[in-house]
Order: sequence, then C-alpha cells, then structure tokens
Amino acid sequence: MWKKVVTATPYLWLLLFFLAPFAIVLKISLADPEFGLPPYSQTASLENFAFLFSDKLYAVTYLRSVFMAVCATVLCLALGFPMAYGIARSNRETRNLLLLLVILPFWISFLLRVYAWMGLMNNYGTINTLLMWLGVTDQPIQLMYTDFAVFVGLVYSYLPFMILPLYATLERMDLDLVEAALDLGASRSRAFWDVTWPLARPGVIAGCLLVFIPAIGEYVIPYLLGGPESLLIGRVLFDEFFVNRDWPLASAVAIVLLLLLVVPIVLLQRYQARDQESTV
Amino acid sequence: MRGQTRFIASMLAFGYAFLYVPLVLVVVYSFNDSRIATVWGGFSTRWYGELLRNEQILDAAFLSLRIAVASATIATVLGTMSGLALARFRRFRGRTLFSGMITSPMVMPEVITGLSLLLFFVTLQQLVGWPSQRGFTTITIAHTTFSMAYVAVIVQSRLMSMDESLEEAAMDLGGHPLRIVFDITLPLIAPAMIAGWLLAFTLSLDDLVIASFVSGPGSNTLPMYIFSKVKLGVSPDINALATLIIVAVSIGVLIAWIATRRVRS
Repeated sequence: MWKKVVTATPYLWLLLFFLAPFAIVLKISLADPEFGLPPYSQTASLENFAFLFSDKLYAVTYLRSVFMAVCATVLCLALGFPMAYGIARSNRETRNLLLLLVILPFWISFLLRVYAWMGLMNNYGTINTLLMWLGVTDQPIQLMYTDFAVFVGLVYSYLPFMILPLYATLERMDLDLVEAALDLGASRSRAFWDVTWPLARPGVIAGCLLVFIPAIGEYVIPYLLGGPESLLIGRVLFDEFFVNRDWPLASAVAIVLLLLLVVPIVLLQRYQARDQESTV
Repeated sequence: MRGQTRFIASMLAFGYAFLYVPLVLVVVYSFNDSRIATVWGGFSTRWYGELLRNEQILDAAFLSLRIAVASATIATVLGTMSGLALARFRRFRGRTLFSGMITSPMVMPEVITGLSLLLFFVTLQQLVGWPSQRGFTTITIAHTTFSMAYVAVIVQSRLMSMDESLEEAAMDLGGHPLRIVFDITLPLIAPAMIAGWLLAFTLSLDDLVIASFVSGPGSNTLPMYIFSKVKLGVSPDINALATLIIVAVSIGVLIAWIATRRVRS
C-alpha cells in the first residue's frame, strides 16, 4: 500500500505537469492563430509545420543554432579535456580544491555570470581598456553584440558541464595502461590517441551532450551578448510567443526543436543509465 | 613528459582565469563610485546603499526566496519518493515511462519547458478556472517539476551505492516496512536529500526563462528583475547585487567544504 503511494505521488505529478503540457503544445501547434482568448482555433492542420519548412528564415535559424551549439561544444571540449586531465592527475588535496573551483560557479546565478562578461567586453570595458593601454589598438574593438561574444558566453557557462563527466572517467582510468603502451614503444601522441582517448570516450560523449543540448535552445546568452542578427531558435520561439503572440507557431517551433533533440537526449539517457549501473 | 605537463598546467591556469576573472572584476567594479560602471571613479559603497533602498529589488528577492524554499521542499519530497521507487522497487507498471519522465526535465531546453507549462496553465484555467492568476503558485509548480529530477537522481544513486542488508535485516526482524523507511532508509539518505534540496533551491533562484513564461503581471522574480535591467547595459547596483551573491555563495561552499573534510578525517 505505502509502496503504491510512494510511486504514485511523483508519477501523477509528472503526468500532470510534465506529460500533459506536452500534449497541449502538440495540440496547439496544429491549430491556427486567432484573435481572442485563447488566441488559437480549435481546428487541426499541419499548416504551421509547412510554414516552418517553407520559410527560409526558420531553416536558417535552426541551422545556425545547431552550428553555434556544435562550435561551443568543440571549444568546451578543447579547453575542458586538458583541464579535466590535469585535475584527475593532480594529488588528492589539490584535486579536491580544483574540483571545488569548477563547481563553485554553478552555485552563482547563471544570469549574473553572463552579465559579468558585459562589463568585460564592452567597447569601453576592461578588455578594450587593457588593449588600448597596451597599445595593441588605438580604438575599441567591437566584441559585444557579436558571435564571438556569444561563443565566449556559451563556453563560459557550460564549461563545468564538460569538465565534470570528463573528470569522472579520467579519474577512474588505469594509468598502467598508458605506461604499458609507452614501455612497448608507442609515442606519446600514439599512446594518447590509442589508449587515453578511447578510454575517456564515455566522458567525452556525456560532456558533449550536456553542453550541446542546453546550448541549442539557449535564450539568455544570445540575447545579452549577441547582436541583433544573431537570431537563434530559443529567441525566435520567445519572440514568436511574446512579441507576435502567435501561440500555434511558437508551439510548432518548440515541437521541431524537440524533434531535433530527441536523438541526443535519448543517447544521453542511455549513457547515464549505463553509467549508473557500472558504478554499482 | 615535461612539455606535456607544462601544456596541462597552462591550460589549467587559463581555464581557471577564464572562470574567475569576470567574477573578480564584478566585485571590484561594485565599489566603483562612477555611474558609468566601466570607468573607475574612486572607491565607494554607495551602490550597496542604493541596492538596499530599492524596493523593487527587495520585493523580487523576497518572492524568489519564497518560491525557492517552497519548490525545493516539495521537490525534495517528490524526488526522494521517485528515487526510492526507482532504486528499491525493481518492477512496477509504467517504470520505463516513469524513469523517462524523471530525467527528461533535466535536459529539456528551458524555452520548451516554459512554453509547455504556460500553455498548460492557460488551458487549465479555461477548463476549471484554476489557477486564476499566475505568479507564486505557478512558478513554484514549474520549478518543482524540473528540480525534483535532480533530487531523484542524487537520492537514487545514493541508494544504489548503499547495500540493502540493513533494510533486509530490519525486515527479517519483523519491522513494519514504513517504519524501516523512516528509521533506517531516510536517515541513511539524509545527506543526499540535503544536497538535493540545496541544488533545487539554487536552481529555482537561478531560473529566468521558465519563470518568465509562467509568471503573471506584477510577479517579478529576482532574475526577471535583473534581466529587465541588464538588457539595457551594465548597471552599478547590479554589480553590488552580484557581489553579495558571489560572497554569500563562496562562504557557503567554503563552510560545506571544511565540514566535509572534517567528517572525512
């Protein structure tokens, strides 16, 4: 009896507040916009989806979002892998401190961390002031409101998501295997690509997915740091809903974004389930 | 070997500088007297004074704290139940759907979660007249839904790493199952529940996008207020606010770190 209560309570909560809302999004994505309350019709058609696929703007925005997310993921990996490697190979005391310093920014408001870069990348911000003082340039370089700024924001915000799973696999790795490869005459780079990298792959995959999935629908970072031309899908959805008040189209945008993410999300869940089993 | 170590060390140095220089600069500039936040005009604490006199910020902060406490508490109860169900009840009907629903909110883009919950609340209001207005209740429900996933995962992994012999022994001695949960299982997973509560609390305080969707007119959370302000550019009183948060978080994490070190040694 009590077992049923323990299972059913969260179950019902999720059915009501997680699954039912998606059913409603799906239903509204098939409706037509209308004046009135609610601002959509009771009809059902695939018109919104047809419109999304026929209008170039949306296709370009989706592709741009994927491209930006892929670039941010690669940059996070390039910076995160050596960091995770260094943390995993340091001695116990420093390792705990270094890990703590990776996790600490998590607890500080995401919005305020993005905001911190606004002061740095401003035309009269810290970076430009420093560059002009050093004589590298005599007038401010436009950093804010560019794609560069969006990349900096994405890498900055999501770097810990990359480092933590990488650290977890690298820390578990048996160092003797690398030693053995070296003793047998492999070069350092050969030992890395043939031994370390394959062993680290579960962490690389998890880290990449954990960065890619949230980055693709990101709203705050492109809004605050990106230029008006850096239209990403999260922003389009937001504007379609709040500015144009086209609820059906916004729902259709959400459904397509979700379809785009089904494969990475399922991959991540599969990986996490396997990881949990292997640690037991 | 030497070259490799040097490369790793310099990447570490660069990475940590990248993570912390922006935060340090915000703290420094919060003591800047100048109204133009990026030009140094002498040391001053005036922005902290203005911050404390700004009623909008204080109201928003109070609302955010209330939502964070409420949603973290409900999420801890529901998340612990889910963790128990997933780790201890091997088989029950709809288990696959359940574990899928538990982990999905963690990876769902915020814009989708926010949109779907708002449309849900609007539909519900038309059907049954509730919620009559959006604000504290709707934001709390939304935050509970995505943060209970984190609690569930933490509790579940704690339960999986713990062997069941204690519970089985109590069962053999004829303890009532419910009593076993309260006397043995819950005390053992208490650290995981506390960690889950803290995580849910910060996730709620942090959220901007979902709250923007499901809140109604007149109920601004702190991130919503900050966002409406920083959209227009750098602002000195937000620097002061950020500094207070950075300092509070650092002290909290430091205390937790020292405490866990004590326990371990």
